[in-house]
Formats: sequence, C-alpha cells, structure tokens
Amino acid sequence: MAGTAMLDTMPADDASAGGFGVYVHWPFCRAKCPYCDFNSHVRQSPPDQARFVAAFRREITHTRALTGPRTAGSVFFGGGTPSLMAPETVAAILDAIREAWPLAADAEITLEANPTSVEAERFRGYRAAGVNRVSLGVQALDDAQLKALGRMHSVDEALKAVALARSVFDRVSFDLIYARPGQNPQDWARELSRAIDQGCEHLSLYQLTIEAGTAFEKLYSAGKLIIPDDDHARALWDVTQEVTAACGLPAYEISNHARPGAEARHNLVYWRYGLYAGIGPGAHGRVGTSGERRATVTERNPEAWLAKVEADGHGILSEEVLSRPDQADEMLLMGLRLTEGVDLARHARLGGAPIAPARIAALADEGLVALEGQRLRVLPAGFPVLNAVIAALAA
Amino acid sequence: MTATAQKNIRNFSIVAHIDHGKSTLADRLIQLTGGLSEREMSEQVLDNMDIERERGITIKAQTVRLSYKALDGETYTLNLIDTPGHVDFAYEVSRSLAAVEGSLLVVDASQGVEAQTLANVYQAIDNNHDIVPVLNKIDLPAAEPEKVKAQIEDVIGLDASNAIGISAKTGLNIDQVLEAIVTRLPAPMGDRDAPLKALLVDSWYDTYLGVVVLVRIIDGVLKKNMRIKMMGSGAVYDVDRVGVFTPKLVVMDHLGPGEIGFLTGSIKEVADTRVGDTITEEKKPTAEALPGFKPAQPVVFCGLFPVDAADFEDLRAAMGKLRLNDASFSFEMETSAALGFGFRCGFLGLLHLEIIQERLEREFNLDLIATAPSVIYQMEMIDGSTIDMHNPADMPDVVKIKEIREPWIRATIMTPDDYLGSVLKLCQDRRGNQIELTYVGARAMVTYDLPLNEVVFDFYDRLKSISKGYASFDYNITDYREGDLVKMSILVNGEPVDALSMLVHRTRAEHRGRAMCEKLKELIPQHLFNIPIQAALGAKVIARETIKALRKDVTAKCYGGDVSRKRKLLDKQKEGKKKMRQFGKVEIPQEAFIAALKMDD
Ligand SMILES: Nc1nc2c(ncn2[C@@H]2O[C@H](COP(=O)(O)OP(=O)(O)OP(=O)(O)O)[C@@H](O)[C@H]2O)c(=O)[nH]1
Ligand SMILES: C[S@@+](CC[C@H](N)C(=O)[O-])C[C@H]1O[C@@H](n2cnc3c(N)ncnc32)[C@H](O)[C@@H]1O
Ligand code: SF4
Ligand SMILES: [Mg+2]
Repeated sequence: MAGTAMLDTMPADDASAGGFGVYVHWPFCRAKCPYCDFNSHVRQSPPDQARFVAAFRREITHTRALTGPRTAGSVFFGGGTPSLMAPETVAAILDAIREAWPLAADAEITLEANPTSVEAERFRGYRAAGVNRVSLGVQALDDAQLKALGRMHSVDEALKAVALARSVFDRVSFDLIYARPGQNPQDWARELSRAIDQGCEHLSLYQLTIEAGTAFEKLYSAGKLIIPDDDHARALWDVTQEVTAACGLPAYEISNHARPGAEARHNLVYWRYGLYAGIGPGAHGRVGTSGERRATVTERNPEAWLAKVEADGHGILSEEVLSRPDQADEMLLMGLRLTEGVDLARHARLGGAPIAPARIAALADEGLVALEGQRLRVLPAGFPVLNAVIAALAA
Repeated sequence: MTATAQKNIRNFSIVAHIDHGKSTLADRLIQLTGGLSEREMSEQVLDNMDIERERGITIKAQTVRLSYKALDGETYTLNLIDTPGHVDFAYEVSRSLAAVEGSLLVVDASQGVEAQTLANVYQAIDNNHDIVPVLNKIDLPAAEPEKVKAQIEDVIGLDASNAIGISAKTGLNIDQVLEAIVTRLPAPMGDRDAPLKALLVDSWYDTYLGVVVLVRIIDGVLKKNMRIKMMGSGAVYDVDRVGVFTPKLVVMDHLGPGEIGFLTGSIKEVADTRVGDTITEEKKPTAEALPGFKPAQPVVFCGLFPVDAADFEDLRAAMGKLRLNDASFSFEMETSAALGFGFRCGFLGLLHLEIIQERLEREFNLDLIATAPSVIYQMEMIDGSTIDMHNPADMPDVVKIKEIREPWIRATIMTPDDYLGSVLKLCQDRRGNQIELTYVGARAMVTYDLPLNEVVFDFYDRLKSISKGYASFDYNITDYREGDLVKMSILVNGEPVDALSMLVHRTRAEHRGRAMCEKLKELIPQHLFNIPIQAALGAKVIARETIKALRKDVTAKCYGGDVSRKRKLLDKQKEGKKKMRQFGKVEIPQEAFIAALKMDD
C-alpha cells in the first residue's frame, strides 16, 4: 500500500508554498440579493451572537488539531454580511483565532461589509477589534441599477461608507458587478472611472454570473432577464482591463485589481494554493499536517451548524484526503487565475501529470499563454477564455 | 415414401407491421397455454435482449413450443415464431416463414394496414401459408375493426370475414386465436420413416450450451448422439443434445417431422452453420436438399473506430463476440489516416448499424466513432474491370472510371392523405421516380423508385417526422443504375476528415454539403481559434461555415469555497475529452459523425 500512501500525501515543502490563512463565515444577511448564491440566510429575529461566538470558538479549537501549529498571515470575515456582527463578536472570534494560531505581525485582517449607513457606524468598532482591511459590496454606481440588484443602499450612501472606511482603515477595497443587463462599454467605462476616483488601493470587478437556484436564474431562464452575450461581455471585459491598467490598478487576478503591493493577501492564499482553515457554516478549508492535504466542508444551515458544533465540537460534514493529482489540478486551476502564473515544477512535485509541451506550445502560438522557464502564465488574451485554456492544458 | 400429417402439430409465425403487437400477442399465447407462470412472465417476454426491451422492438425472431388442449379435447403442440417488424430485419421474417406452414397476420385495428403489413403478408403468401388475420388493440377507442377488415380485403385480397378482433394487452379473445390456430392452420406433413431432412433456421452462441442450432424437421427423426451432415457445407457433427424452448429450455430424446427445436453438438462456431442449409443423417442421407435461402446481404457500410486508439484490440474482440450471435453483420479491418485502426462493417440497414454500435458500446464498454454510412457502388473502369466500392476512401482516380452505378430500391410508403404532399416532396427531393399512387380509404399508398444512398442516412427519420409518425415505409433493392456521383470531402480547419467524406449525386452535392457544414458548426464546440468548415468536390469548395473562436469563458469568482467545484468541472472536462477525437488542432465529439449526416431538409 506504500504506493497509495505516497499519492495521498502532500510534499512536505508544499505546506508553506501558498501561506496559511483563516476564513470565518457569517451566514446572515438583511435581505437576499437576487443574483447571490452565497451561503446567506435571512432571519426574522437577530441571531444570538454570543451563542455563535461560543460555537466559533469550539470549531476553531477543533480545526487547530487538523492544521497543526501554524502562523496565520491573514484572517477573512466573509459572508453573508459580516458587518451585521457586533464588533465584540469579531473581537471575540479574533481572540479565539489568536489562541489557536499566532497571527503574523503584519497579518491582514479583512471584513466584508455592506455599505449601508447602519453598518458604517460599526467601522471604528471593527478597527478596535483588530480588523485592518475592509471590502465593501458597492456593486454599482447607479441607483436604478442598485435597485435592480436588490441592494439596500443608494450610491450616495455607499460612497459615504467608502469614504468613512478610508478614514478608518488603511486598506479598503470594494466590489462592483458589471456586464449587467443592457450595460454598454461607454457607460461602464464612466462608472469604473468614478469608482477608481474613490482612491481605493483595491477593486474587485465581477462580471454578473447567473448562478443556479437564484432569483435571477428564474428570470433568466424565463427570458425576462437578458444579460450581455459573449461578444458584448468581452467588450466590457476589454474596457475594464484598459481603464484599470491606465489608472494604476491592473488586474492581478481574473476579477481583482490592485495597486502593486496592495493585493488581497488572504485571497492570494487560495490562488497560490496555500492552506486555510474554514470556520463557520458552509465554510470550506484546505488543511493538513504531516504532509496530507484535506478538503473540509461544514454544514451550511446556520442553525444546524450551531447544533452540530454544540454536540460534536465542530460542524465539519466531510473531510476528504486529496490525492496528489487532485492537488496538482487544484493548484493549476487556482494559480492560472493570477497574472503571476504557476510554477510547473511545483505542479510536478504535487504529482500532476506533466502537461504536454505541444499543448502549451499550441496555446502560446495563439498568444494565450507564455512559458518562461518553469513558470506558466496566462496572457491578457487568455484570461477572458481561461476555462477553455485550462481545459486545453489539463483536460 | 409418403408424407403423413403430424396431426396434432401446428407451426406458425406471427407477422405484422412494427409495433402492431406481435410480441404482446406471443406473451398472451404463452401465458394462456401455461408456458410460463404468472411470476415468470414479463411484457414482451421473448424480447430478451436489453436493447430489445429498451427500444420496445423485436430484433431477433424467437421460437416457442406451446402445449394447448383444444375444445375438441385433443392436446396440440404449437410452435410459434415471433418475428421483428422493422424493415432492417426483414430477413429474420423470411427465414422464419420458411420454417412454418401458417401465419397469424396481426394488424393494429387503430392504425390499419401499413407498409410492413403488406411486405410481410406477401412473403407469407409466397410461402403458401394459410393465414389467420387478427385485429389487435380493439381495446383502444380509436380502433376501427370493420374498416380495417375492409382494408385487408381491398389491399391484400385476403378474406377477412372471420378475422379475430383481440386485445393482446387485456387478453380479450386470445382463446379464439388458439382455436383458430388449431382449426384453420394446417398440420405439417412429413415422413417419419424417411431419412432425416431438417431446415437450419437459425443459430446462435450461448455461453452455457455453445453453438445452438434451431431446426425444423421436415422428414425423419433427429436424435441425440446422431452424426449429422450439413448438406451445403459438407461438415459433419455429433449431436449432444436435442430439445425445445417452452420458452424454457427442455431437453428431449428426439424431434420428429413437423417439429421445431434445437440441437447442440460438436459445432465450434456459429460461422460454421449456414442458415437455410439442409441437415441430414450422415450414414443415411436424404436424396435432395431443401432449396435454402439467400444469405442476408449487408447493404449499408460504415467504419467503426475506437475513440481511444488504444481500445482497438478490445474492439476486435468485441466484434468477434457479437458476430457469434449476429451473422448478418460483417467486418474487416480498415485503417484511416485520421482515425487509425478500425473496422469496415456491413449492416442490414441503419437501425441495425445503430444497434450494433450501441451494443458494442454498452456490452463491451467501448466508445466508438462511426463514419458516414455508404452503400455499395459499382465502378466500371476504363480498363474494363469492375470494382465494388463501399468506402469513399477507396475511390479510384476519377479519370480511370468509366461509369459509376448505385443501388436503387423500390419503396412502398403508406401515409394519411394529409401528409401526402410532404411525403411526395421528400421522395422527389431524394431523386425518386414515382411509380404508382393509389388510395386505401383515406390513406395513400405510393410506390417510388429511389437511390438507396438517399435513403440510408435519415430518410426514415424524416418520413416519420414530416408525417408525425403516421407514414410507414418498406423497401427492397431492385437494381443498379448509372448515376452522376462525385466524392464530397469535408475539411475541418483545412484538413480533410475522411470519416465524413461520401459519394453524392452531383445535383445534390451543394445541398448536402451546406447541410453538413451547418450541422458541424452546431456539433463542434467553439475552440480558442476560428475553425473554417468546408465541403469540397476535389479542389472546389461548394459550402463553407466558420466556427468563431470563443470570446468569453471564464469564472468570475473563485475563492476558497469554489476549488472543489472547479476541480470536479475539470474532471468532467477530462471525461468529455475522452469522447472527442483530435483532427489536427480541432477536437470533434464522437457523436458528431453520425449526427452530421442527419439533415433537416
Ligand atoms: N392498447 C393496446 N396496446 C397494445 C396491444 N398490443 C400491444 N400493445 C402495445 O403496442 C406496443 C407494441 O407492442 P409489441 O408487442 O412490442 O409490438 P411488436 O409488433 O412485437 O413490435 P416489433 O417487434 O418492434 O415489430 C407496446 O407498447 C404494447 O404494449 C393491445 O392489444 N392494446
Ligand atoms: C460574499 S459576496 C458579498 C459580500 C457582502 N454581503 C455584500 O453583498 O456586499 C462577495 C461579492 O461577490 C459578488 N457577487 C456575488 N454574487 C455574484 C454574481 N452572481 N455575479 C457576480 N458577482 C457576484 C458581489 O460583488 C459581492 O460583493
Ligand atoms: S450579495 Fe451579499 S448581501 Fe446580498 S445576499 Fe449575497 S451575501 Fe448577502
Ligand atoms: Mg416484437
């Protein structure tokens, strides 16, 4: 059985390759946005935050045993809407994290926030709790569009929240959704410039995706919601790249733009295929000790998660040991999203089947990828068709 | 030597148009005579191949021996042969008919006489059968037994006054069918004391029994341990076992004149047996062999190649095994520049092709690419020689060809009047010559002469679709006629894909070429570059389409929770890739090859 054991282990030196971070999921929102398929739930009465803190604590302790001793370079509070958490809740969870995993001196601690005035009032509290970066879901700079997206804030309110965040935190990012119904490249270029003018170091710019099970999907399949076709979406993509690059916020990942040095370090852990603890309802993790990498998934339903943690000490539903070739695939899938690309030597070390040079050459001929030494990078022409590029390389 | 009636035996086949209820009637006959218990029964119990059960059609004729106590107090042995209805398997019907003296002609009372009803009943008449007409499905509200009776009389010229109205589904009047078999069909003749003379009706391979030979005894007695001789092939075998199917296998001591049963023995391969051959006793042979029948001739040919070239040996083994049970398809090795090693196979028709392909894929777990089906063309060369060609890849240099001839068929189509216009247009578009047009009540019956190569791909599908399923079709090959035929190649990204090339009539080339290019444009997924698709006659491009390069295909959000999902997607893409074949830089999905040939007109 030595052969199988070999395949299941992670090369000892891979544990440090992408860093280590902690993800915490807060699964509640005030309302469900029609496009969103995140694990978010709307509840009549506010959840008992103290009870959740206790559960987060227990799950953190449990997960610590799965990761072994590690220093965390980042913590990310994602959602749902983490800005519905009381600052005390955030502080208590951070305390528990610190007990489990020492935080690096320069650790990046991000909290996702919705840009309503109510939530903005808590910014200082989060800062006091230890948060040093926020990511705001602005989504659009057009009131009619915000309404169509089911958002509970106006443009004005959102921009005020951005300004306030900039005064409270050193590092601020916000999200926009584009390739919206009827959007044309000129309007989008204007909207995007205005976004850049807010002076943030980082922007996440997502093309609207119709996700299964969402309200938008129903409308879309009924023909009542028409989104840009591929040619049109491509034109919007191209505008995005031009405008951001010209303003010093080039893409470093498919949908993420930053001033050089201001990349989201926590998200880089995912893309560089590092290790991460996934805490809270519906959180995913990649954890490992002694050379193994496991994929963990927790119960999605908040109440069921709570009950499970209280009974078992954790909410993990599945813990899958990843085979070496699966790890290699994951590393490739994530790493090629970054402009920095992937190291094929690491891919080979992980146990990936060698990528035929002819396949790389064919894509290089089309100007879609470049190979320099062992580093394989996707070129700007390759990013908008990345799924097909990856299939051409690895399927 | 006098032939005596084997008084209490009745041998008959059940013939009908496809789906008129032959197998269901066989179920009821088996059930009522107690051949199988309630628990052992299933619907169309004789259709025992998976593919028959799934498609709800009979492919292989099946024989069952039943024991029936009639109203006259006597017990009769009934040998029933259930036959297939689909035109591709007409050969199964013809050899079944040669083994029996009578037929039950089943006609769906809600549909009436159809093309295969005619084809099959005429065959039965040619075999001098006594025929009992049976009107089935009278439980259906749409059933019109009186009208159908009139049809049978008008169109076929058969007395239908005592046709039996039944429902094979509910079991209504099945008792009357059994009585009619006994009273209206003749007993077989035959001389028990004469030397053995038996007709080899069918043979197949059984994992437990080895080669099983189905026989009809004409004269004499077939016994266990007898040494028999096949008069056609001259081969001699020792008989291990004789018996019958009830439908369960029952071993017997012997089979006498008029009986239908099986033998097993020292026969190694099904290929050693020739359907239609005469079996006799080696040491006491019969003087005269039976006339036998012409072997089934494949009429449609195509190449079958493994999607994964490494599966070639598996494919070879699978073909050999399948052929053990179906001698009507042929195969020989073929190599193609683009597809590598594979086999050139001959089939009785397109359904037969589909079924063999499906069985190979399912029963042997193979993924296959089928190339464009072709008929057999006769090439008369300038140098006086003639060549039979069924693979466009073997097309000789045109300057050396004097004349190309193609097979023609005579087709009979029956259709409700409403669809007649579309049916005529379809036949006309396919280069048909109308021979006759008559009416049977509100149904039109048209006879057309058509080139077989216009019919093989999708004629039947088209006919069904333009007539909402109501038109029926039967054909037989008549002759070869000269045709202005040219080889059309398909180029994908500038490279010819020989699996898609075909011979077409010059007047039809552009239409077909355009249809193929359009179809391929739908079937080949977008790539990272533009892909021109062209149809060409020699160097001349006659149709062209372009598959535009992908413009956008990327996942916008991909964070820690999305990795597993993305990996599973990649795994699926890997699986999908296994069902594609690379031609130059382009990947063509396996199913595109056959699908590209189906035209929407
Ligand atoms: N309502 C009704 N349906 C029937 C009757 N007899 C057969 N069927 C149905 O008709 C369909 C075809 O029946 P089969 O017995 O398979 O027909 P077949 O003639 O053996 O068909 P092939 O072997 O493919 O030519 C099945 O769905 C049967 O259930 C009947 O008396 N009444
Ligand atoms: C976890 S979500 C939202 C965080 C926070 N609750 C909010 O709404 O501001 C992170 C981001 O994903 C993006 N997003 C969510 N669903 C999307 C979709 N269907 N298409 C494109 N982007 C989407 C939005 O920009 C959103 O801000
Ligand atoms: S987009 Fe944000 S606020 Fe809207 S439902 Fe999703 S997680 Fe909640
Ligand atoms: Mg049948």
